[in-house]
Amino acid sequence: MTHLGKIVITPRGVELNSQVYPTSQIGDALLTACYRSCHADYPKFFKMDPLCRLGFIASELLLQSQDEERFIPREDRAVVLASCNGCLHTDRHYASTIHAGDNYFPSPAVFVYTLPNIVTGEIAIRNKYLGESSMYIVEDGLTEEELVQRLAELTFQDPVTTSAIIGWVDYHDGDHYNAILYLIQK
Amino acid sequence: MGKRVAKVIAHHAFTPLADGSHENYLRVKAGQTAVQRHAAEEWDLGEDFMAGIIATPIASPRATNMALHSIRQALSQLSGPLPPADTLLVVSTTKGNVDKIDDAADDELRLGAMADDMARQLGLTQQPLVVSNACTSGVCAQIVAQRLLMTGRCHYVIVCGVEAQSRFIVSGFQSFHALSPEHCRPFSSNRVGLNVGEAAATIIYKVSEATDVAADEWVLHAGAIRNDANHISGPSRIGEGSFRALRAVMHDATPDELAFVSVHGTATPYNDEMESIAIDRAGLIGVPVGSLKGYYGHTMGAAGVLETILSMEAVDDGTVLATLGYDGQLGVSHPVSIAAENRTTDKRSFVKLISGFGGCNAAIRMTKGGAL
Repeated sequence: MTHLGKIVITPRGVELNSQVYPTSQIGDALLTACYRSCHADYPKFFKMDPLCRLGFIASELLLQSQDEERFIPREDRAVVLASCNGCLHTDRHYASTIHAGDNYFPSPAVFVYTLPNIVTGEIAIRNKYLGESSMYIVEDGLTEEELVQRLAELTFQDPVTTSAIIGWVDYHDGDHYNAILYLIQK
Repeated sequence: MGKRVAKVIAHHAFTPLADGSHENYLRVKAGQTAVQRHAAEEWDLGEDFMAGIIATPIASPRATNMALHSIRQALSQLSGPLPPADTLLVVSTTKGNVDKIDDAADDELRLGAMADDMARQLGLTQQPLVVSNACTSGVCAQIVAQRLLMTGRCHYVIVCGVEAQSRFIVSGFQSFHALSPEHCRPFSSNRVGLNVGEAAATIIYKVSEATDVAADEWVLHAGAIRNDANHISGPSRIGEGSFRALRAVMHDATPDELAFVSVHGTATPYNDEMESIAIDRAGLIGVPVGSLKGYYGHTMGAAGVLETILSMEAVDDGTVLATLGYDGQLGVSHPVSIAAENRTTDKRSFVKLISGFGGCNAAIRMTKGGAL
């Protein structure tokens, strides 16, 4: 297996392929600042919940750093992520919109993000990846190396999958989140 | 060492219809449904809803205890306890214990914490895994089980799919206008939406030599997960991901080997149409198809496991189960072979197909002994 690239995002900064990726913001604003600085031109970003924004920005910066043609439909690349909090932040937001009485405003635009795998779908849609997309939820406990190794071991058993975006994407709140994504060739 | 396979050694389904796989199968075969009308006031919702809800009291946290009951019933079928350090728990759920969200801490709500709690109560020492791929989770979890067994990380995997219904989930589907105000009508021309349901379903897999599979034992022969790369809350209009998942699991099989394709068949207009296209594109248009949603509603994280269990029971009984709610007026553009009555079969394998939000689709092909 070959690691073609790696990105780490925390509320305090971005490290792309072992280099500091310059950002002027921290917290939630960091993700929006990265969206603007990377010129993704993908307005759907602003509809996404924070977990999806985090995963989207991480994958976008990672893929922009690669020397490969993008946006061509392909089945050979998987998107396989793991998370601890999953979509709990958005679950709480949705729950706050369905209090009984006059505060009952369930919205499909919020509800759809109460599924932790939506972030893998957003990345697949953006990049036209028709391969496997999977989200695993685990409590903290594995080291980064163990996690990536185990996810890769599972993912590359599909004979069609030859490369994958594999890693960790976790959002608790604007001051506590992280993404660690690898692009891995089988 | 010869070819190794993932073999089913026990299974159990806990639903509003019955407690036990075979008991559930007999009720389904007899045409019973768990889906009933519930008044909006029951959960303080905007409208009445149709759902399959387990009536017997279950202690909180509900999803955890439903799952533990099903797992323990499955374990009790084995001749002895499984080796704790050599057994991995894979939980399939979309919302876990979200019914407690207004008064529970994060530690009680995180899906991983739920799975850790279950593993602890079962005396397992390996860290469990939760597969949360929306409504495909139950099929994906079985694919993960097979892969875990092939890597040699463990010799046994307990796959448990569980979903407890709640105000949280029903309000969301109501906001999507995805629910049918009556019993759902899969693949019918007048279908308008889905019913929701709850269940816990367990399949225990064991790694086995292919030569060590008896004629009456089931093996997960192939599995694939594919994305539509199209939309987060609607399926591909051309069934792209489902087609590709079907193509992958049929790569070394022919359609005439299949007793049926157990489709997702939620009875939403888009889902059933998409599946008819995917089935045709995959060359399976002549194979009988059936949806089980009319019996239980859509049990989400449990669906893939529950519907695999019922499909195994059906093949064991030489039966292609009727699609309850199908009214005989085919309402999809591709002429799938669907029926409102039980049919017979002498085939020994089937495909379970499923899809969900996030554009995900998954399929497995299950084969009954000997055929290997």
